[in-house]
Parts: sequence; C-alpha cells; structure tokens
Amino acid sequence: MNILVYINSSNHLAKSALEAVTYAKKIGGTITVVATGSVDDSTLATLGEYGAERVLVDRSVATEDSQQVTRMIAKAAESTGAELIIFSHDLVAKAVASRLSVRLKAGLISGAVDVPNTANGFTVKVNVFSGKAFGFVSVKSPKKIISLLPNSFQPEKTGSACPVEAFDGAAGTAAIKVVETKIPEGEIPLPEAELVVSAGRGLKGPENWGIVEDLAKALGAATACSRPVADIGWRPHHEHVGQTGVAIRPNLYIAAGISGAIQHLAGVNGSKVIVVINTDPEAPFFKAADYGVVGDVFEVLPKLTEAVKKFRSTPH
Amino acid sequence: MKILVCISKSPDTTSKIAFTDGNKQFDENGVQYIVNPYDEWYALVRGLELKETLGGNLTIITVGSAADEAIIRKALAIGADDAVRIDADPKDAYFTAVQIAEYAKTNGFDLILTGKETINYNGSQVAGMIAEAMDLPFVSLATKLDINGTTARMEQEIVGGVQVVEASLPLVVSCAKGMAEQRIPNMRGIMAARTKPLTVVAPAAVEDLTAYVEYGLPAAKSAVKMIDPNNMDELVALLHNEAKVI
Repeated sequence: MNILVYINSSNHLAKSALEAVTYAKKIGGTITVVATGSVDDSTLATLGEYGAERVLVDRSVATEDSQQVTRMIAKAAESTGAELIIFSHDLVAKAVASRLSVRLKAGLISGAVDVPNTANGFTVKVNVFSGKAFGFVSVKSPKKIISLLPNSFQPEKTGSACPVEAFDGAAGTAAIKVVETKIPEGEIPLPEAELVVSAGRGLKGPENWGIVEDLAKALGAATACSRPVADIGWRPHHEHVGQTGVAIRPNLYIAAGISGAIQHLAGVNGSKVIVVINTDPEAPFFKAADYGVVGDVFEVLPKLTEAVKKFRSTPH
Repeated sequence: MKILVCISKSPDTTSKIAFTDGNKQFDENGVQYIVNPYDEWYALVRGLELKETLGGNLTIITVGSAADEAIIRKALAIGADDAVRIDADPKDAYFTAVQIAEYAKTNGFDLILTGKETINYNGSQVAGMIAEAMDLPFVSLATKLDINGTTARMEQEIVGGVQVVEASLPLVVSCAKGMAEQRIPNMRGIMAARTKPLTVVAPAAVEDLTAYVEYGLPAAKSAVKMIDPNNMDELVALLHNEAKVI
C-alpha cells in the first residue's frame, strides 16, 4: 500500500510528526511524507529513521490556508498513488483532512488511537464522546484518510535518513492571511507536553501560581488550568484543558485544587497517569485518579516540588 | 449579511454513555438531546451578535428527522430568524456536509458558521467538508470573529499562543470557546420560535463514506492509591518505579 503522511513543522519536527510516520510504518507499505513549514532538508531527512522512504517538501504553501494545503496534498497523493493519507490530529489537520476527504472522496477517520484492522474491510478505533467511550469506524471508499490522536504511539526509530525532494504542490493563491502571531516565549506548548501540572480554583488567586510553576519547572512540565480559572482571567485561555478547552493526553497529569467536573475530565481522561491533590477527600476527581493526595495544596505542592528536585538530583 | 449556522444534536454533557444491540448502537434510554454546545454557545450566539450589529438574516440548518425539531425550536428561541431541516438521517460527516453545501450553494450566504466539533463524535469534520464542497476558504477553531465590510478577522489558538488571520467573505468558520457567551432564551423568544419559518428540504443523493460498526467503554480505572501528604518522596518513587512516567 502507498501511504502519504502530511507533516507541518515550523522550526522543529514536532513529536506528533514522528508519531504519524511511526504509525504509517506500523501499518506497513511505501511511505512518502509531504511537508510544509520551515524545517530544513537535513532535519526532514531524519524522518527516514522512523520509516519514511522519501520526503516531498513545498515551503511556499501557507499552512493557515486550508485550500492551499489541500491542493498540495491532493497533488502529492495523485503523484504517489496514495491509497491512505495520514495526519496528526492538530489544528492544521482539523482544517485540511476534512477538505481532502471531499476532494478525493476518501472516507475520513478522525481521532484514531490504533492501527487499522484490515481482517474484514478497514476499521479503525477512535475516541468518541469526548474520551468517555471508543468506537470502531469502517471506511467504505477505496481511498482513506486517518487523523491520528497525538500521544497514541511513541516514535520508534527503525531506519536511516531518507532523500528530501522539493515539490511543487500547485497550491494556487492563499485566501487566508496571517496578520499577527502572539506566542509567549519559553513555555512548553501544552498539546506537546508529556508532563503537565494543572491547577484550579483551589489555588485561591493568580498570585499563588508560583508553587504550580515551581513544580512544573522541577519536572520539566507544562502548566495548565481548569475552566473557571481561565474564565475569571487568572490564567490565559490557551492553558484551559477540558471539554471546551484543549484536550490533552500527556503521560502524567497532576491536578491540584481541581474538583474534577465531568467537563474537565473530558479534556484529560486520555492521560496515562493522573495524580490528584485536593483538600476535599470527596472530590470527584479522585475516582479518575491513579494516585491521590488529600491535603492542602499550599503545603503539598512545595513538598512535592522538593521531592522531585531531590529525585532529579540523584542518578536513576 | 446572510449568515447560515449549522447545528447538530448531541447528548447532554452529563449523559451516561452506554451502548445497546451488541455495542452497535448508542443507548438513548434516559438521554436528553441538546443543541451541540459548540454550535449553540459559540457559532449561533456570535452569528446573532454579528447580525444585530450589521443587520441581515440568520438561518439555522440541521440534517435530521422530525424528532429533532426540538433543537431547531431552541435555536430559533435564542434568536435565529428561520430554519432549514434536511430531512435525512445524518449518516456520517461527509453525507451531512454535502447536504448542507447543496442547500447553501443556491442560497448565497456570506458567512457559514459551525461549532468546532460535536461533543459525541469529536470529528471536527463537517465545516471543512462544507468549505471544500463549496470551494470556499475555511478558518477552523476560531476563538474570535469580527467583520469589517467584506473582510473577516479571526483569532485561532495555535500551539502555545494565538494567531490572527484575515479572509474575504464568503467564508466558512468553525467556532471554539472565546467567541461568545451562552444566551438563555427568554419567554418572548420561546413564543416567537413557534411561528418562525421552518423549511423542510428533501435530501440530495449523497453516499456515505464511513460507518460506526461498534462502540465500547474504556476499562474501569483501578482504585486510586492514596499517598500520605507528608510523604511526597513515596509519590515520586511510585511515579518513577510503578507508573514509569518520570
């Protein structure tokens, strides 16, 4: 099978890009990557280590313009004879995969968490009901598109660097123009973070976030927050995890002073391990936790930070 | 300004999720259907705010059966001017999107809004599919939307920050949190909704490309392990040795 993997990477290759190529390798076939973004050729070549046989790159395509990206991928799909196209389920994929589905009349599976089962047709496991259930979607069309949920597969190196070729995606003109980008410096982007420290109203005020940031720094984690905290302006909206905020799937999610409403759980229930710290032993979040600490966050968080620092300072 | 807002039904956010018929069907027993929150709180309310400022008309559209008219009346009660129901079972996102696009193509809308995803299928598919079927530009997961003449200015949350983009109308936009605040319909709105026009349209011949064949529930979590708040070294050791996450 010919597989095409779309990757958008500016400045560096995101972990989710490596996951998408690893996923394609696990499905098996001839894997071509089609890329946009500013990453240089020598970095793109390393995608070969994860299973790509070659990388096609068109740096003239504006990734904020879903029409341009769709035209480019459609052309690459045609020239490589791709029967399956794989995305990582991020902002660009959410705009482009659906367009491509119509353009190619290819059934789209969003939020895949496993490789396709081809024993009887083509069926893929996905997350549904905001992570409260899973479903199996079968695709009826000859061409298929899968948008893979981040952190479902870990990147695996199996090969060596591959050739990178300039590609003319014939993307046409852009209808969407970026007029401004605001990215705070020095923070770990939440959707990519493997470790996340999150806090809620139990912190009592924005001035108390220092103890959250200290723990995050000691762990090398990103910071997040609950909805009420973002709504009242204690923390920026891009930190809000939950049903209406960002859905994340880190390896470790530490929640301090968050009761665990069902809407919050919907954004974090894909986390591999959940630690809950709360003064209220009846907080519903403890039911979804792997480890629980009943105690005052103002005492527990600094102690946990000290314990992490001690752990990090000794070899393991 | 002619605005089309696409709405879908979804189970109430607190619904118990269960399946019947050998895990092939969603168990609707005791489930209350609502307007999908992203469609209602963000797409519909922002559409209404724009209409109130700029003038014009706001139509809502859904693909569904007569049993779904409760959500249409709710959207009309909040303030939509009129409604369209494509009389078909929304088999998959492709089927749904092409039905909406077929209607929209012949009715000249300046702006087509949807929620960022439904809370039951979480696919984020329909808006992009409508845009492609109509060959229109599309901005996904917008958190702000303003119109100045024929130019739309939007904000999107990108990894770790915010991006401001502009595009010309007509345009398709999927709406995320930040766009607007929820509006509760008042009694006048509820009464008016009863007499607002609802057009039922026969579906176009469209195939479906995908189907849900089975569902399941995640394995129950093992009981939470409680740690003494004075022994954070133990928690760190468990995270390292047992959970293997640090």
